[in-house]
Amino acid sequence: MSGFFDIPSDLQHSYLGLIGLHLREALLPVLAGLLVSLPLAQLCVRFRWLYAPVLGLTIVLYAIPSLAFFVVLIDYTGQTETTVMIPLAVYSLVVLVPAIVDGVRSVPPETLAAATAMGFGPVRRYLQVQLPIAVPAIIAGLRVATVSSISLVSVGMLIGNQGALGNLLNDANIYHRPELAVTSVLTIAALAILADVALILVRLLLTPWMPRKGAVR
Amino acid sequence: MNVLNFVHAFLSDSSHWHGYDGIPTRVGEHLHYTLQALAIAAAIALPVGLVTGHTVRGGNVLALVATAGRALPSFGLLVLLFIWIGFGLLPVMIPLVALAVPPILVTTFEAIRSVDPSPVDAARGMGMSETRVLFQVEIPVALPLILSGLLTAAIQIVSTATIAAYVSLGGLGRYIIDGLYQKNYEKVVGGATLVAGMALATLAVFWLVSRLTVSPGVRRSS
Repeated sequence: MSGFFDIPSDLQHSYLGLIGLHLREALLPVLAGLLVSLPLAQLCVRFRWLYAPVLGLTIVLYAIPSLAFFVVLIDYTGQTETTVMIPLAVYSLVVLVPAIVDGVRSVPPETLAAATAMGFGPVRRYLQVQLPIAVPAIIAGLRVATVSSISLVSVGMLIGNQGALGNLLNDANIYHRPELAVTSVLTIAALAILADVALILVRLLLTPWMPRKGAVR
Repeated sequence: MNVLNFVHAFLSDSSHWHGYDGIPTRVGEHLHYTLQALAIAAAIALPVGLVTGHTVRGGNVLALVATAGRALPSFGLLVLLFIWIGFGLLPVMIPLVALAVPPILVTTFEAIRSVDPSPVDAARGMGMSETRVLFQVEIPVALPLILSGLLTAAIQIVSTATIAAYVSLGGLGRYIIDGLYQKNYEKVVGGATLVAGMALATLAVFWLVSRLTVSPGVRRSS
């Protein structure tokens, strides 16, 4: 049993250290993606013609394979964590931008008119009316982005052991210790599911007015 | 732009265009993995998505399966299965299928479920059987969304199939992995470009398919 958590010293991290590293490498990009896609989505809502080309661009960027993306970035950022995180942030846009745009667009026009009639300016209306109503859609997007980000970090192993928990896979291979691969896969899957549950809880906290029924997806 | 120089150098070297490590062979292998995985995933996920979407039952179970599928790290699964099963196509196919099933399953379910109920009711009122309602009303209307689910799955398979090379199989990942070990940057970037190109070709193919199969009436209203 101890073999599962006996991390080879070449990784220079304990089991918990790898988990922390993995979460950092997976969650920071999603956060960056959210910070980029909020204004981007707002622009797409304001200028409708912008939405189709922006969506097309995110799909094209998403089509670049993670390994290929990492490799091309090595030239600029070296074999570092940054090289793993930049593509993950870019990938998150393909889920987050449409999620936010759909969420903000789904706000009924009467609600917006009521806010305007109450004297809300565009900024306040966006922050206090549109964004809160769009929260369920945004969280739905965040859940998909976060889960896939957590699972993708492991590919970073291929570019000089930058894959956090994924690095265990290489050690499993070269030291013939399959139990390390089991640890890696199960821990990553558990982290992804925990992150998913955490985001569901965040949504419940942020939208106390919503019916407490498990929504699909 | 030295990346572009690398791409050019890689693609214009005529020795890269034939033999067992030539570009046509590797593209063929990559296509083979992609199509096989997509076919298996579609064979599993499409019927389940269609039936659950039609009956609007099992949405929560479906969401659970989809989350579990997304949570499994493809690359980790590949290495683990390779250690357990050994060399072969099976350790590659299982992670690729597990990767492709969630988007197809969830999108198909949502697509069929969110079809406007009035034409569906009208079809029932005209005496159509449930099967005909599904195949002649719901699927044609839901087709654009169903195709978008298949597209997401296909693009993910194309880009993830590169990791097959890590367990000694072929495909375009061969160039990336070999290039990394040989410190041959030209090969790595060339391989990466080919994969990205293939992903874009997938986009084009799906665009064409949706042009040909989606009914003009549905296209106009969406």
